[in-house]
Amino acid sequence: MADLKARIAKRCAKEFNDGDFVNLGIGLPTQVANYLPEGVTITLHSENGFAGLDAAAEPGKEDVDVINSGGGYVTTVPHVKFFDTSTSFGLVRGGHVKATVLGAMEVAENGDLANWIIPGAKVAGMGGAMDLCAGCPSVIIVMLHTQKGAHKILKKCTLPLTAEQCVSKIITEMGVMEVREDGIWVVELHPDFTKEDIQAATGCELHFDPEMKAMEEE
Amino acid sequence: MKNKIITAKEAVAGLRDGMTVFMGGFLATGSPEVLIDAVLETGVKNLTVVGNDGGLPVGAYGATKARGICRLVDAGVVSHLVASHVGMTPIVAEKVNAGEMKLTLVPQGTLAEKIRAAAYGLGGVLTPTGVGTPVQDALDELGREKKVMEINGKKYLFEMPFHGDYSLIRPSVADKFGNYYCAKATKNFNYVMAGASTHTIIAPEKIVEINELDPDTYDVPGVLVDYIVEGEKKWQI
Repeated sequence: MADLKARIAKRCAKEFNDGDFVNLGIGLPTQVANYLPEGVTITLHSENGFAGLDAAAEPGKEDVDVINSGGGYVTTVPHVKFFDTSTSFGLVRGGHVKATVLGAMEVAENGDLANWIIPGAKVAGMGGAMDLCAGCPSVIIVMLHTQKGAHKILKKCTLPLTAEQCVSKIITEMGVMEVREDGIWVVELHPDFTKEDIQAATGCELHFDPEMKAMEEE
Repeated sequence: MKNKIITAKEAVAGLRDGMTVFMGGFLATGSPEVLIDAVLETGVKNLTVVGNDGGLPVGAYGATKARGICRLVDAGVVSHLVASHVGMTPIVAEKVNAGEMKLTLVPQGTLAEKIRAAAYGLGGVLTPTGVGTPVQDALDELGREKKVMEINGKKYLFEMPFHGDYSLIRPSVADKFGNYYCAKATKNFNYVMAGASTHTIIAPEKIVEINELDPDTYDVPGVLVDYIVEGEKKWQI
């Protein structure tokens, strides 16, 4: 059985160019940093207040003044710059953080995203997710294509939105999709699946790009 | 020159039931613990507390005691919490569900700008954050509806300034005039909150003489600081 999450993270890592400034969400998005192509160095935004996030701190070597947005003790790269919340989200809304990589509960064919609240579930809050989705020029969703068979890519979101029409790309174990004016276009399809498979796993009509390629990641 | 160094007890002596308290910190990194001690000792209740999140409960990241806003929530003195995220502090959801506390969720960047607008004389801010989401429809922290404005073809929410009664801030280093900076990731809300309340109190980890360090060391001007309290310590894991 292929490691589907590693496949998704590896494919997402190809989205970046050397020097990009990017925000990676927690969970699967964080893994993307492990698969950057050789020669590509990106600067990671930590929304609690710095540009230049690195790996988790080793136990015993933590700096108590350096946490990531999840509260874990982390290390930073040599060119790190720390700043306050106002600057942090100014960088986000100003479009200077080029891309944010996030998971999703639901994505609609017009790019609407729902990933912050389930009515009735324990309240957590949006944190910085709404700012990131409204502000970053590119919102890339990395996720398994369905939730145990239930569609997550839909005609319209049923859950409360994180941001309207913000998603630019969706990367799943089945393929790579772009959100365009007229709907969702499959630009890469994984060889393990057919067009019929990916359409059946999707709750809205998919368009297949004439230049569609095979998704290369194992 | 006015002596700004007073005890924590003196610094919060004007705090009354129902007041609004701004508190720096991000998951308790950069939270003013000695000032929280002092607030708890006053016995005031029904506070509106404003910060990034609900702080950290016992057990989070191995902590043997609660830190930050969570301590005030635990003590039952918060009737309204305004924050961007409370996922680390289950007690907040429990109290909200039990009707013991009100919660207003504000996107993190928006919360910072509402506070900054109050400190720096703006009539509000226009932000694309929250358009078309539950944030657009929710009433703000004072129960007001939000306007949606379209500018050059793009929609924005008009968010009002947010003033507090007390801003409680934790610098890493301050001089005796109140000029200060916060090291690394302890900056978070500790910069925008200065001057956004009627009273701005800082509790620095280290206090130095005026002119001891290069003035360029400091990020926030001491003219915004009313009082300085000693005794804040570095967090020990």
